[in-house]
Amino acid sequence: MTSPTEPLAPQVLLAIYRKALLIQLVDERMRSLLSSGRMAAVYYSPRGQEILAAAMAVHLQPTDYLVTTYRGVHDQLAKGIPLRLLFAEYYGKAAGACKGKGGPMHITYPAGGIMVTTGVVGAGMPIANGLALASQLRGDGRVTLCNFGDGASNIGAFHESLNMASLWQLPVIFLCQNNGYGECTKYEKATSVAHVAERAASYDMRGVTVDGNDPQAMWHAAREAVEYARAGNGPTLLEAKTFRFMGHYFGDPGAYIPKEEYAAALARDPMPPCRAAVLRTQAATEAQLAQIQQEIVADIDDAFKFATESSPPELSEIDRDIYAEGVSA
Amino acid sequence: MSTTATAAAPATISFTDSYRLALDEALATDPTVLLLGEDIADEEGGGVFKVTKGLSTKYGKHRVRTTPIAEEAIVGAAVGAALAGMRPVAEIMLMNFVTVAMDQIVNHAAKLRFMSGGQTHVPITIRTRTGAGGGTGGQHSDMLEAWFAHVAGMKVVIPSSPADAVGLMLSCIFDDDPCLFIEDSMTRAQTGPMPPPNHRLPLGKANIVRSGTDVSVISYGRPIRDSLAIAERLAGEGISVEIVDLRTISPLDTETVLKSVAKTRRAVVVHEAPRSFGVGAEVAARIQEHLYGDLAAPVLRIASRDVPVPFAKVLEQEFLYKPSAIEGAIRQTLNAKGRRG
Repeated sequence: MTSPTEPLAPQVLLAIYRKALLIQLVDERMRSLLSSGRMAAVYYSPRGQEILAAAMAVHLQPTDYLVTTYRGVHDQLAKGIPLRLLFAEYYGKAAGACKGKGGPMHITYPAGGIMVTTGVVGAGMPIANGLALASQLRGDGRVTLCNFGDGASNIGAFHESLNMASLWQLPVIFLCQNNGYGECTKYEKATSVAHVAERAASYDMRGVTVDGNDPQAMWHAAREAVEYARAGNGPTLLEAKTFRFMGHYFGDPGAYIPKEEYAAALARDPMPPCRAAVLRTQAATEAQLAQIQQEIVADIDDAFKFATESSPPELSEIDRDIYAEGVSA
Repeated sequence: MSTTATAAAPATISFTDSYRLALDEALATDPTVLLLGEDIADEEGGGVFKVTKGLSTKYGKHRVRTTPIAEEAIVGAAVGAALAGMRPVAEIMLMNFVTVAMDQIVNHAAKLRFMSGGQTHVPITIRTRTGAGGGTGGQHSDMLEAWFAHVAGMKVVIPSSPADAVGLMLSCIFDDDPCLFIEDSMTRAQTGPMPPPNHRLPLGKANIVRSGTDVSVISYGRPIRDSLAIAERLAGEGISVEIVDLRTISPLDTETVLKSVAKTRRAVVVHEAPRSFGVGAEVAARIQEHLYGDLAAPVLRIASRDVPVPFAKVLEQEFLYKPSAIEGAIRQTLNAKGRRG
C-alpha cells in the first residue's frame, strides 16, 4: 500500500465528496425506482465504491478516455455523464445517451471521454490499450482510464492487455476495483494472489494496492498513476480495495456473503467518514452540504422527469447505426 | 511512334503483392492508417506470408507494428485505436486464430456503433488468411465467413482476383465500419491483371464476372476461377453460364443475385466453406423467397464437406468442393424437370 501522509486540501476533499455524493444519490434513486417498479432495467449498484471513482476522476480531463463495465455508473457519473442522458438511456428513450439502443450496460458519451461501457468481463482492457495507443501515436497527452473488477483479473484479456501495455509503455491506468466478490464467488476462491496488483510484476508494470475507500490514499495513488501515464512513463495497475454493498445484480440476496463480513464492511462504508472529514476540515458546513445535496436531488428529479416524459425511439431506429450508410443487410 | 519494341505483356500482379500494394497505398495516403499483427515488421521478416515486407522500413515500426501473439489484444487495440479516430488494419495470421478474438469482434467491433446510438464507430480492417488444400489440417484451414456474416455490423469481404483484392482492401480500410478481409492461402502466388491506380471497389456490391443466359453460378473467392474455367468449357457445348462474384459476403448484394437469377432461372451457389448453415444456404433462401415461381430448377449448393479439414491428402481432397461437382450441378439445373422457359 502507498502511505500518503499529506492530507488533502479541503477543496480537494470537497470535490471528491461532491462527486461521491452524486453517485450515492443517483444509486439510491435507481434502486428506489427499480424496487418500486417505476423502472425496468438491469442494474449493478456501485454502492460502496463511490469514493474510489470520485478520487480518481478529479485527476482526469474531459478529453481523457474512460472505459468501464456494466457496474460503471459511478465511473460514468464521476467522469461527467449528464444526468438526463443517463436516466433517459436507462428508460430506453430516444433522448438517452445511446438513443435507447445501448441501455445501462453500454453507456457511451464521447463528449466526456466515456468511450466504451462493456457488458463482458475483462473486454475493456484490450480496447483501452488501443485508445492509449492512439494517444501515444498522436502525442495528444490524453490518458485512458480502464475500470474493471477483481473478477476480470482472472480472464485472458487482462493478461494479454497488461503485457501489451507494458511492452508499449501505453498511457493507461488499469483500475481494478476489488470489491471482494467476482459475481457471487469470493475473491480468494477465484484468484491465486492476495492482491491483484501483485500481478503487475509479471508484466514489469507498476502495481499499486490502495484502500479505495480512503479518499486521501486513493487520491494520492490515482494522482501518481495519472501523472505517470501522462508523462509517458507507461501504465499502472492500480488495485483499489473496496466492498460492494448491494450484491452482484439488483435484487441479489447476497446469501453467499457471511453476515459478519458484511457487517464489518458496512461499518467501513466510505461515505460517512468522507462527509465527516469534509466537515472536520471545514471544506463545507452542514448547511453547505445540505445545499449541495438539494442541488443534486433537484438535478436527479429533473433527469427522472425528462426520462419518463420523453419518447421511446422510433421503430425505424432499429435499422440505423448498423453500418455507416444506415442500412441493414 | 513504334510500339513493337516496347510492347510488354500486360502487367500482372500476384495476390500477395496485391495485398501489399493496397496496404502501401493506404499507409501513404492516410497517416491514421496503422498496421498491427504478429511478425509484420521487417525485423521479424515482414509477416509470415511476407505481405507486409518493406512496409515497416518505409513507414516506421510505430505504424507497422509487430505485436505479441495475442489475438484478443491485437483486435482490441485495433478497436480502441479506431474509436479514437485511427484506421487500424489488424493482421490475424490465420482465420482459425480469429476465433481467439471473437469477443472483440462480435461483441465490440460489430456492435459499438449501434449500442452507442451512432456516437462511436469502429473503422477497423481485420486481414486474415485461410483455405484448405495445403495440408494444414483442422486448425489452420477453416473458412468461417458465415460466422461473421451472421453478426450485424460486420462487413465480410473475399476477393477472387489480385485486382479485386486491391480495390476491396482499400475500400475496407477507408470504410467506416469493421471489415473482415479474407485472403486465400492456396492461391497467394497466382497472378492476375494489375489494377489501375487508385483502384477502389464498392463494398456490398457483387460483380458479374461472366455474362450468360442459362444458369447463374453465385460464388466468391477461390471457386470463382474454377467456375470461370468450367463456364468457358461449357460455352463450347452452347451452355451459357453467368458467374456472379459476391465480393462482399455481408452486406449481401441480393439485388444483383436476384437480377441474374431472374434472367437465367437457374442457380448454383458455390463456396469452399462447409455446406451446412453456410453462405450458400442464405443465398439459396433469398433466391427462393423472391423467385420461387420463376425458377426452372431447384437452387443447388456446391460446398466442402461438413467435417473438420483433414490432413491426409486424399482426405483433404475428399473434403474440398470439387470443380467437377460445379459442372455437374450446372448440368443438373439444365436437366431439371421444372417449368421450362
